[in-house]
Amino acid sequence: MSLATVAPVQTVDPAARTAGSGLKLALGGAVVLLLAIVSMFVGVSDLSAPALLAGDPAAWHVLWISRIPRTISVILAGAAVSVAGLIMQLMAKSKFADPSMVGTVESASLGILVVTVLFPAASLFLKMGVASVFAMAGTALFLLILRRMPLRNTLIVPLVGIMLGGVIAAVTTFFAYRFDLLQTLNSWMVGDFSGVLQGRYELLYIVGALTVVGFVCADRFTVIGLGQEFTTNLGLNYNRIMMLGLVIVSLISAVVVVSVGAIPFLGLIVPNLVSMYFGDNVRRAIPWVAVFGAGFVLVCDIIGRTIRYPFEIPVGIIVSAVGSLIFLYMLLGRRKTNGH
Amino acid sequence: MATNPIPAALSVSARKPGRQKPVLSAGFLLAVLGVVAVAVILVFMTIELRGNLGYILPRRAIKVGSMVLVAVAVGLSTVLFQTVTANRILTPSIMGFDALYILLQTVLTFVLGGQVVLSMVAPLKFGLEVLLMVAFSLLLYRWLFTGNGKSLHLMLLVGIVFGTLFRGVSALMQRLMDPSEYLLLQDLFFASFNQVDGTLLLVAIAAVVLVSIPAWRMRREYDVLALGRETSINLGVDHRRAATVTLVICSVLVAVSTALVGPITFFGLLVASLAYQLVPKFTHAVVLPVAILLGVISLVGGQLVLERIFDFNSALSIVIEFIGGLVFIGLLLKGSLK
Repeated sequence: MSLATVAPVQTVDPAARTAGSGLKLALGGAVVLLLAIVSMFVGVSDLSAPALLAGDPAAWHVLWISRIPRTISVILAGAAVSVAGLIMQLMAKSKFADPSMVGTVESASLGILVVTVLFPAASLFLKMGVASVFAMAGTALFLLILRRMPLRNTLIVPLVGIMLGGVIAAVTTFFAYRFDLLQTLNSWMVGDFSGVLQGRYELLYIVGALTVVGFVCADRFTVIGLGQEFTTNLGLNYNRIMMLGLVIVSLISAVVVVSVGAIPFLGLIVPNLVSMYFGDNVRRAIPWVAVFGAGFVLVCDIIGRTIRYPFEIPVGIIVSAVGSLIFLYMLLGRRKTNGH
Repeated sequence: MATNPIPAALSVSARKPGRQKPVLSAGFLLAVLGVVAVAVILVFMTIELRGNLGYILPRRAIKVGSMVLVAVAVGLSTVLFQTVTANRILTPSIMGFDALYILLQTVLTFVLGGQVVLSMVAPLKFGLEVLLMVAFSLLLYRWLFTGNGKSLHLMLLVGIVFGTLFRGVSALMQRLMDPSEYLLLQDLFFASFNQVDGTLLLVAIAAVVLVSIPAWRMRREYDVLALGRETSINLGVDHRRAATVTLVICSVLVAVSTALVGPITFFGLLVASLAYQLVPKFTHAVVLPVAILLGVISLVGGQLVLERIFDFNSALSIVIEFIGGLVFIGLLLKGSLK
């Protein structure tokens, strides 16, 4: 793990750290809450605090049907995708792995495409199930390829992942083209919360539950990050934990793609930034990853909704522009610390 | 062509020492590929030929012409780029060159406005774009490739992320644009082999011929450059100058092919890898034409098969993307990256 760290881990006195961390986390939560409130008042149809206080039924309607679902889904998706990225990085033993970069998200889209073509009338739930199975297969394939790699360098992991994702995406595009579903496909590949309304986002509560599972099992994922032998020596079942991680990551990716589309780089950027500031202890980092992920997507979503008001820019585009910049900074900053 | 101008000790073999196969001679290989390429083109031009010939033939000629041009541009730029960067896996496309082109197009439209860009004379606009592209890519890639001891993986990853960044920023600017301007711009990206503009093809041919001449004249120098930066400097090659000239050539070639038909990420990797496998002795005088001929055969042949057998229209780039991605993973797995 130490080889893979992007920035030197902060060394702070552990006692002082635990004392202040609960407070800091509460503060982080408060910031997210504030952003959430701001997010609820951004939008085309009029919604103002005075109107809500006066009990204007139209304003309350907008709030219930559109704004609250949207804000909740942004928070859930942001937190879950970031946590999935952290788990993926532990499973792949690379700081540069992310479900949107190793083929998981692409496989999920292929799954949705297959079910859309074969059973056009399928329920959202069935689509999600098929997408999850595909996502799991794609992720497993990636991990299998990684095991076969002759030289395992931290940087080769994302390279293989990006290419595998590209190959799977090419298959998807080919069939989408054949069945005239290219436009539908684009909407899965670009994350966008503009379509979120009451009744159309509830699946995302599943990823909320999965994130909690991730929290609970955080220590186990730390251990598999240290390798198969180490895990077995501690008396834990390596394969079972890998399977658990695979299921969590794949389900989160599939549900998010089905509900709002892919959010690139999120699972990569957030865990890395968090580990820069809070170190590599997963149990301590994971709540921060969730909080930071939710806040980051909230900010990007607010930007996307205001920058070209009244039009809306999908959050996926904002995140990929901002995210690739941050990623570049991490890569090249790493080069400097290595003395090149 | 059969005589090798470089002493045997200097030529770099594509294979590991233990795996030498009895190979075709270079002249024979070129002749066979040449004949196949011509045959494929002839079939493409004449298959199911009926109706108004005066209408069909020029259209097909433009299509074939643009495919041949793309094959030349991609084959040349990939092999030269790989030689100068001393690797078998980076290509201009993978390094984000064509995403850069799209970004420049977008910025131009964003800054000048779609009407201005559209009303510019095609050759003038094209020249301006190529100039900007060359300038910017030189800055960027010189910076990435100067110095030594750089990790190839890091460079590759940085290149890919730059590509993502360029695409992300382009997408963002496109969304910020006036929707009507966006429509004008969109037409520029989705040009396939089916909608190539005849005048632009002529300009593109002129540009490719112009940069191909110095590239071809430097072929011996490239054989030395292929030995690596240090060795070639020791052998008296001005590596910095050669690398700069090559990056300019690559920028022009990539700009031309992207402007003409849109980005094809893995095509170069595919033909270059295949060419290295086929060519008995690694000399650029053989590898370059082999890569180009392979490009012509696979583009024209692939389009022929897709159009006539599968009844598709512009899915060729998707097929290339698929096969190219597999080849790339294979190369990574084989550990040909050092």
